[in-house]
Amino acid sequence: MIEVRDLHKAFGKVVAVDGASFTARDGEITGLLGPNGAGKTTTLRCLYTLMQPDAGAVAVDGIDATSDPIAVRRRLGVLPDARGLYKRLTARENIAYFGRLHGLDEATIRARSDAAIAALDMGDIAERRTEGFSQGQRVKTAIARALIHDPNNVILDEPTNGLDVMATRAMREFLKRLKREGRCVLFSSHIMQEVAALCDRIVVIAKGRVVADESPDALRAQTGAANLEDAFVRLIGSDEGLAA
Amino acid sequence: MNAFVVVFLKEVRENLRDRRTVLNTLLTGPLFAPFIFVLLINTVVTQELDKAEKPLPLPVVGAQYAPNLIAALKQQNVEIQPAPDDAERAVREQDADVVLRIGADYATYWDKGEPAQVEMIYDASQRFASAQAGRLRALLDQYSERTGALRLLARGLSPKILKSLTLAERDQSTPQSRASQLFSMLPYFFILGGFVGGMALAIDTTSGERERQSLEPLLANPVPRWQILGGKLSATTTFALTSVLLSVIAFAVVGRFLPTAKIGMTLEIGPRFAAGAMLVMLPLTALLANLQTLVAAFAKSYREAQTYVSLLMFVPAIPSMMFSFVPIKTQTWMYAVPLLSQQVIITRLLRGDFVPLSGFALSVACTLGALALVYAAATLVYRSERLAISA
Repeated sequence: MIEVRDLHKAFGKVVAVDGASFTARDGEITGLLGPNGAGKTTTLRCLYTLMQPDAGAVAVDGIDATSDPIAVRRRLGVLPDARGLYKRLTARENIAYFGRLHGLDEATIRARSDAAIAALDMGDIAERRTEGFSQGQRVKTAIARALIHDPNNVILDEPTNGLDVMATRAMREFLKRLKREGRCVLFSSHIMQEVAALCDRIVVIAKGRVVADESPDALRAQTGAANLEDAFVRLIGSDEGLAA
Repeated sequence: MNAFVVVFLKEVRENLRDRRTVLNTLLTGPLFAPFIFVLLINTVVTQELDKAEKPLPLPVVGAQYAPNLIAALKQQNVEIQPAPDDAERAVREQDADVVLRIGADYATYWDKGEPAQVEMIYDASQRFASAQAGRLRALLDQYSERTGALRLLARGLSPKILKSLTLAERDQSTPQSRASQLFSMLPYFFILGGFVGGMALAIDTTSGERERQSLEPLLANPVPRWQILGGKLSATTTFALTSVLLSVIAFAVVGRFLPTAKIGMTLEIGPRFAAGAMLVMLPLTALLANLQTLVAAFAKSYREAQTYVSLLMFVPAIPSMMFSFVPIKTQTWMYAVPLLSQQVIITRLLRGDFVPLSGFALSVACTLGALALVYAAATLVYRSERLAISA
């Protein structure tokens, strides 16, 4: 479970996150939806302790991120916006590197890698150096290495960015699978359909604030819009009353 | 396994897979420099030998006016050549190093027992040519003195009355010290070897990793940042040290083939030199590798890092330059300054001069102190939030 309470983060005068609060529960997929520049990536970066919040608290499975960042990172699987691989290592070696950084033994790394390679259907590329991988192959490798330690919580920053239709579908199936395994899945997106198709809960974020935190149906009901896209536009749009 | 070791092993393995970089750091860098060095020394030595042994080619204008002088020069291993059309021009165009011109009135003065003028045309700004001119001047002085002495004797006077002083030169240079002037650039070659060895990794593991967008996922692992930094620094230092070690070994091997003995120089490049040089180079190489990493981590992009690190390369050249142009007396404080102390110690070892144990200790301790400072600075940079985030 991931809890965010009154999170604030500014870079100089630019306020990126301005009092965001929400909860992502186990066994659910939570979507962080917002336009570009809404503060999604900064919020996630505070979650996986790459950044220190100026104010507010982040807790993962009840552990406070400021007081014990290492324990928090241990419980998180992270697919950041930056998903560079080591191009002179094979996909399997890329995965194993992160496994070793998590302190896993070689047998566990082997077993988990095999499982991830099968689950992500990447058997044909596992022993290849990652130089020249397609975007889809890169994302698969990045996910496999992010989940090597079998984390209870998974954070993905725009996971379908740059993926083609087939790869996007595979990614969605994979997220559903993580959910079925009882994990807490939190991902950010600016794509309406994706969030609608996947999420149990949608957190709409605009100008660094959470403007809605509902199930897709409740969201439609709350805004009185027939479809989610209209609801989204109303939530983040020029409607000052909602955004404030 | 400790994360420190995991990062170290991964960086080493990844770098070893980059064949070109490995070739550059482990072969070209450490071997090229000593090779160039030997080539340089060989040229200098050969030139010195040539000067002494080869006949001096000398175009002479008006040779027919002074047959005796010409005969005397020929006896002294001078090869008399026909006169060029324009002596001054021939010298300016470097067709001749030095030209001798004898006037038509030479014989008149000579017969009267008065000083007869001869002209030496040369260009002092040409190093080799002015050495040749010096050789000719010595021969002419000799000839003049000898005939002068004969004239005095003919008048019943002792030639000794022309000499009020007897000059006895006592040169205190030893064969080693003469050689060491040539070799004061050597420490820089060692330092350069380490620099080239660490450069690729220093940039690759910092701004390179950030630019390839793999630093953010790396930092999301449950590992303290100082361990990640430590692993990266050790990998860079390891490659730099390997480079320096190869450089020292290469030099020790190639140094044996240097024809220094021919010009009366001996070099102290035994195991004692290699051990001493490595001892002082070890902490310095680590310091430079850390400095490279710090500078590269500080840079905003890969290109910027390359520029900074390349500029950094000029810093170690400063003491070497100083020493090869200006003779500087060794003083105790010099042992306390990183770079300078290595320069002083390696040069003294080469000369076969004594290096006090306290000198070694001071050099190593102070360089390690500087290393600690740079490491602390790198840790600070690594702790900053902005580090991981690429534009």
